[in-house]
Amino acid sequence: MPQVTLTVNGKTSTVEVEGRTLLVELLREKLRLTGTHVGCDTSQCGACVVHVDGESVKACTMLALQANGSQITTIEGLAKPDGTLHPMQEAFREYHALQCGFCTPGMVMSAIDLVQKHPDGLSEKEIREGLEGNLCRCTGYHNIVKAIAAAQEVMHGRAQSLAPAAAE
Amino acid sequence: MYDFEYHKPGSLADAVKLLSADPDARPISGGQTLLPALKHRLNKPTSVVDLSGIAELKGIKKEGNKLVIGALAKHFEVATSPEVKAAIPALAQMAGTIGDTQVRNRGTIGGSVANNDPAADYPSAVLGLNATIVTDKRRIAADDFFQGMFTTALEPGELLVAIEFPIPEKAGYAKMRNPASRYVMAGAFIAKTGGAVRVAINGAGPGVFRQTEMETALAANWSPDAVANIKQDADGLNSDIHGSAEYRAHLVTVMAKRAIAAAG
Repeated sequence: MPQVTLTVNGKTSTVEVEGRTLLVELLREKLRLTGTHVGCDTSQCGACVVHVDGESVKACTMLALQANGSQITTIEGLAKPDGTLHPMQEAFREYHALQCGFCTPGMVMSAIDLVQKHPDGLSEKEIREGLEGNLCRCTGYHNIVKAIAAAQEVMHGRAQSLAPAAAE
Repeated sequence: MYDFEYHKPGSLADAVKLLSADPDARPISGGQTLLPALKHRLNKPTSVVDLSGIAELKGIKKEGNKLVIGALAKHFEVATSPEVKAAIPALAQMAGTIGDTQVRNRGTIGGSVANNDPAADYPSAVLGLNATIVTDKRRIAADDFFQGMFTTALEPGELLVAIEFPIPEKAGYAKMRNPASRYVMAGAFIAKTGGAVRVAINGAGPGVFRQTEMETALAANWSPDAVANIKQDADGLNSDIHGSAEYRAHLVTVMAKRAIAAAG
């Protein structure tokens, strides 16, 4: 059986897979990293988004073998070892940017890639367009957009800490 | 998905050898179309040949009055490439609207053009810009390359290596997306290159095609008004739950007007 060697959240593993094994199957079933979700399995919903060599990718639409030699970051790899959340995770918590939470891992991973690729900042419209590949069946987009807008200020060093969400 | 063997050759010659040796082997790079098709068991390859490590298929460069884009260029790379943005901004703009961010981070121009999905974006740019398809064996003019739904002039085992785009004076692209799937219902890529006008329509028919009546009108008068009264024949256009052939025919004229306005 073929083998794939990849580094996930800083830890290098060598795993036996089939030719047809998807990256998301490797992460969930072989490495037991079940934070990455499978929503639609048809590359539409974005619940399975992870970073492969720094780019957001739908892990249900990439073969595990195609990730050989890659650096992968999943939702489990964002927080610091002491439990301090990534600014994007903290923003999702502060802005209540989730309802059922199923889409959240993919939303957070996509949002980080989006913010990193736009160092000059994103408008609300650009955030909404940038989330085209992520679906929230609770339709909780509004707070997700607010969370990303707040997190980008921290991620780009324009704010020391997250602006608190307004009481509504 | 049925199981298959996975190969990752390091050179174009090795990839061609693997694909020629086995008629049921399929090339893969981004896999954004192939993997969903395999999940539906629409295809049962014995092996997939991953082209993503082949240096000969990579790169975007300007060569004289041409822009040469390697088959492995991802949509994200085309959308953000300074060379593409400077030479053919309409092509960069198009690439930035394909699928979603994650699809653009994996999907490649070579895969999209070789697949020739009627609702794909790139085929209209290739036809509208009168590009040349370079394969491992030969050079194919865009007019000869696209042969209807999911069909091209590529022979089994033949690989698309690069696409050469003549740099136009003006070019614009406009499309109407299905509001749910975001696939193209009708799109128009219009370019003026060396004084000649080409109008390529995607999404509306079973394959990309040229709208010659609009080309003639635009050659005489480059303005949205020149095509406003040209009616696309609905006969032979796609008709499905997303829209009738008559609706798509109407969209062709609307998209053509917008493409010219975008081209300036």
